[in-house]
Amino acid sequence: MDNERRRLAIKGLVQGVGFRPYIYRLARDCQLTGWVANHSGGLQLEVEGNSTGIEKLLQRLPLEKPPHSLILSIDSEVIPAEGDSDFEIRESTVTAAQSTLVLPDIAPCNSCQAELQDSRNRRHKYPFINCTHCGPRFSIIDKMPYDRANTAMDQFPQCAKCQAEYTNPEDRRFHAEPNGCPECGPQLQLCDSKGKVLLTGLAALNETFASLASGKVVALKGVGGFQLLVDAGNSQALQTLRKRKQRPHKPFALLYSSLSAARRDCRISELEAKLLTSPARPIVLLEAKPEANARVHELVALGSPDLGVMLPASPLHLLLAEEYAAPLVATSGNLAEEPICIENTEALRRLGKIADRFLLHNRRIVRPLDDSVLRVVEDRPLMLRRARGYAPLPITQAKLSQQALTQSYLALGADLKNSVALSHNGWIYQSQHIGDLSSATAIEHFDRTIADLTGLQQRRPQTLIHDQHPGYSSHRWALQQQAPRLGVQHHVAHLFSCMAEHGHSGAALGVCWDGTGYDSSGIVRGGEFLLWDGKSQVEHVASLRTFPLPGGEKAVREPRRAAAGLLYEISGYMALQHQLLKRCFTRSERRNLVTMLEGEVNSPLCSSAGRLFDAVAALLGLCSQSSYEGQAAMVLEYSARGIQSSDSYPFDLYQRQSKWELDWAPCISALIHDEGKSLPQRAAAFHNTLANMILAVVNEIGERQVFLSGGVFQNRRLTERTATLLRERGFTVHCHSQVPPNDGGIALGQLHYAHCMAAAGQSAGD
Amino acid sequence: LGHGSGGEMTQQLLKEFIQPLFKNTWIDQAHDSATLPWDSDRLVFTTDSFVITPLFFPGGDIGKLAVYGTVNDLAMGGAEAKFLSCSLILEEGLPFNTLKKVLQSMAGAAEETGVKLVTGDTKVVERGKGDGIYINTSGVGSLLSNHPIDPSYIRPGDRILLSGDIGRHGITVMASREGLEFETALTSDCAPLNAAISALLQGGIPLHCLRDLTRGGLATALVELAETSGQAFELDEAQIPVCESVYGACEMLGLDPLYVANEGRFVAFIPAEYADQASAILREERVGASCAIIGKVTGKPSAQVILKNSLGCDRLLQRLPGEQLPRIC
Ligand SMILES: [Fe+3]
Ligand SMILES: [Mg+2]
Ligand SMILES: [Zn+2]
Ligand SMILES: [Zn+2]
Repeated sequence: MDNERRRLAIKGLVQGVGFRPYIYRLARDCQLTGWVANHSGGLQLEVEGNSTGIEKLLQRLPLEKPPHSLILSIDSEVIPAEGDSDFEIRESTVTAAQSTLVLPDIAPCNSCQAELQDSRNRRHKYPFINCTHCGPRFSIIDKMPYDRANTAMDQFPQCAKCQAEYTNPEDRRFHAEPNGCPECGPQLQLCDSKGKVLLTGLAALNETFASLASGKVVALKGVGGFQLLVDAGNSQALQTLRKRKQRPHKPFALLYSSLSAARRDCRISELEAKLLTSPARPIVLLEAKPEANARVHELVALGSPDLGVMLPASPLHLLLAEEYAAPLVATSGNLAEEPICIENTEALRRLGKIADRFLLHNRRIVRPLDDSVLRVVEDRPLMLRRARGYAPLPITQAKLSQQALTQSYLALGADLKNSVALSHNGWIYQSQHIGDLSSATAIEHFDRTIADLTGLQQRRPQTLIHDQHPGYSSHRWALQQQAPRLGVQHHVAHLFSCMAEHGHSGAALGVCWDGTGYDSSGIVRGGEFLLWDGKSQVEHVASLRTFPLPGGEKAVREPRRAAAGLLYEISGYMALQHQLLKRCFTRSERRNLVTMLEGEVNSPLCSSAGRLFDAVAALLGLCSQSSYEGQAAMVLEYSARGIQSSDSYPFDLYQRQSKWELDWAPCISALIHDEGKSLPQRAAAFHNTLANMILAVVNEIGERQVFLSGGVFQNRRLTERTATLLRERGFTVHCHSQVPPNDGGIALGQLHYAHCMAAAGQSAGD
Repeated sequence: LGHGSGGEMTQQLLKEFIQPLFKNTWIDQAHDSATLPWDSDRLVFTTDSFVITPLFFPGGDIGKLAVYGTVNDLAMGGAEAKFLSCSLILEEGLPFNTLKKVLQSMAGAAEETGVKLVTGDTKVVERGKGDGIYINTSGVGSLLSNHPIDPSYIRPGDRILLSGDIGRHGITVMASREGLEFETALTSDCAPLNAAISALLQGGIPLHCLRDLTRGGLATALVELAETSGQAFELDEAQIPVCESVYGACEMLGLDPLYVANEGRFVAFIPAEYADQASAILREERVGASCAIIGKVTGKPSAQVILKNSLGCDRLLQRLPGEQLPRIC
């Protein structure tokens, strides 16, 4: 019988996941000859043999694929037989322009964990152990295709033993690009804050334990950048870290050695456990148990009933956490909101005044990747910061319409919690969290990330999409490029971000509640309802009643100012005599506030739900000045924890020039006079009122598909309450999951909006 | 002051009031134009208009601003102001006393800076069509330095010398306009800069570039200079002098002192080796008592201004897009 030969091209996440050895074994199992090679378009292979063998391979290939792989498409063509004698793995061919997916960094697999602990293994306690199923990926890749020479491992020629593993298709480390061992791979180094090397190898690790135990701050070169570590039970060390980092209140994340260790301190649901132990190893917000006090000092997360917990994301973290036994604080190694440090010298320079010891190694980190953060809301994962472990995977739900396939866009996101996104070949690739674009360091990172995203996808986008805010760096950046541009209003992008996650492009009502978004009205927006007709129009159908923010942006750091503006809106200058304001402003401050409000001096009007939360937090005496974004809203949500009541306050809904206006004034008046209720009860009633307000508007508009987006929907109580109420009335409610509801999701929304508009333009032209 | 009384009134104003006040050979010519003596080979020319509410504020008034403003602009080009023109646009109903006070103030400022007001014009507009007084002044001066002083001479390594603490003028005017009250009384920094500049030039300081800080404050001036010169600047926030009361007022108002207006402050770009000497000279001048080296030209390829704070964070300074718009979400 004559042999058949097939050429297959596989696209998707097929590099760096052990796909070639998998094909190798599969082909030999099916008694086929031929070859397989990485290709910048994915994977290419030719198989030859009898037709049953080929059929068997085609059938099994997608079913038995390696765990972290993702197949987008398989193209197959029949070609003339060549009669090769064996099946082989060939060197990569660098041709073709099609994109291929890049894998995120993967936490140690079970086999590697076992070897790490096995004293007879040659990689016993080797902090850089990995294999084709685990290890660093995106953080070490310079360019595609994913070959050792194109990664940070190019500095480490393999020893004979490693080389043998690397070239043996039967081995777990066959073409594990970051492969190495204590003899040939990366090495640890412990330095003081001046960069003087104190110890190397395991001795460096042991001295690190001693440093942490004695209350020192240790900067650790982690997976996607530096982290700052201290003992979570040591108040002195925590105080030092908070002071040096000038971060007085914002909660720190914790590193636990294992799920069972984390369970001692936190209540962990099945879904939360799944997230914690997933290969991405994100930080998950968990409810602390009272007994956590024994190991976790209150300074870790002041006033918060939740703790941000992560499990070891790398063998180095595993060694540290397991041997140290007590939970460690592991917070980003950066200054304020700047990108995290990735280079040794840079870290010594920027973090030299914060950390006492630096646990370094000599493997480059190619790009900064913060730890990702999630919380569970409505029994679903809700992304709060998307970076290490997730980027740069495509947002799988966000499928594009057929027309959109030909359009490639680059969306530049918002300026805070910036992240950019590229649409290409029907997929949307969202970058890791970049951060606040107010610093030059962040803008460099922004430039670099765009180069990365377009370069790794080998694609020059046709159109740039940006926020309309004229002061945004991302907007200015767009203006400097020689490319067509599309400006998308901030809350429109929020709505479309949530729609994209659900693959939705039909009619939709968006509840877009956040802190601040620009629109051309001059009002600081943030409590908006937008109606998309499913074709080409977005209509602004409702909004919160506006109130002035004395001091403008200053009010974001000072919830007491939002409170003053809110009361002034209700009762004019008399409001400033209110007891609640006397508590947080001096007499002369109040006098000047009135002057500012009456003279409209730097007191822009806002319709922001975020600022409404701030105002209420201040009025309830929970937070009059905040040291980090979202603090007041978090404190308010936490304050209501455990209250079941469905009590709420009154509010009004008016129609004003074909637009609905939600008036919070009755709610605020009731809330400040509601002395009979405890503080938590009032906080809970405020949340319930907001949910009622949303329901009232949604009822008036009538659109059944409702999307909740904007930073305010990081609030679990509000989100769950709103969703429940709306569902009871038969509305379909969609929330975020893969991308953050905050501005971290803006880029995705900008892209989806552009694609929907392009689709509308095309159909209109038909 | 009445509209319509036109020509006759203006003549009277000129003869009985302005001429005696600004007494000099050329204004006495009372001709359509002034013919002036000139001995320098390079003439520097500038013009500016002055609009401000209130007309009088602690530390200054519109008259002083109008003279200093043009004298300062000439000084920033390395020139000594010689002659000034002045156009007044007066709103019908303006009390004569107000006008008199403004003109007296202008005369004092001209005397102080050694500039001669040699020609002028007056128009009266209908009530409600002007904020009391608008003033335009133009001035000519002769170049003191041996090369023009402008942004194209800014060089990597240059130090940035700021003549004094920032933000007084903007905050003072805003406070007196809006009726804001702060613990310590504030006065505008409104002042002539010509003496300080000639002291620097006479002291042999090779000034590369000068810029007075007006609307938009220190930040806007530096961003503009970075863009025009194509150079990158790095500032050390801790070195930028802001007086306690301006700082407090900015805290209250939610304003950033870096963007608040000044009327008697300038930055000088100076070769590093002259920086200390220049500071010493400037410190002797009335306007330069609190001067400070606030940063340098880095030589980085992108035209940008970076502000380093005490933590080491680097904030990228930008032009403000109109009014201050909150960014935080
Ligand atoms: Fe937003
Ligand atoms: Mg001028
Ligand atoms: Zn492994
Ligand atoms: Zn080796």
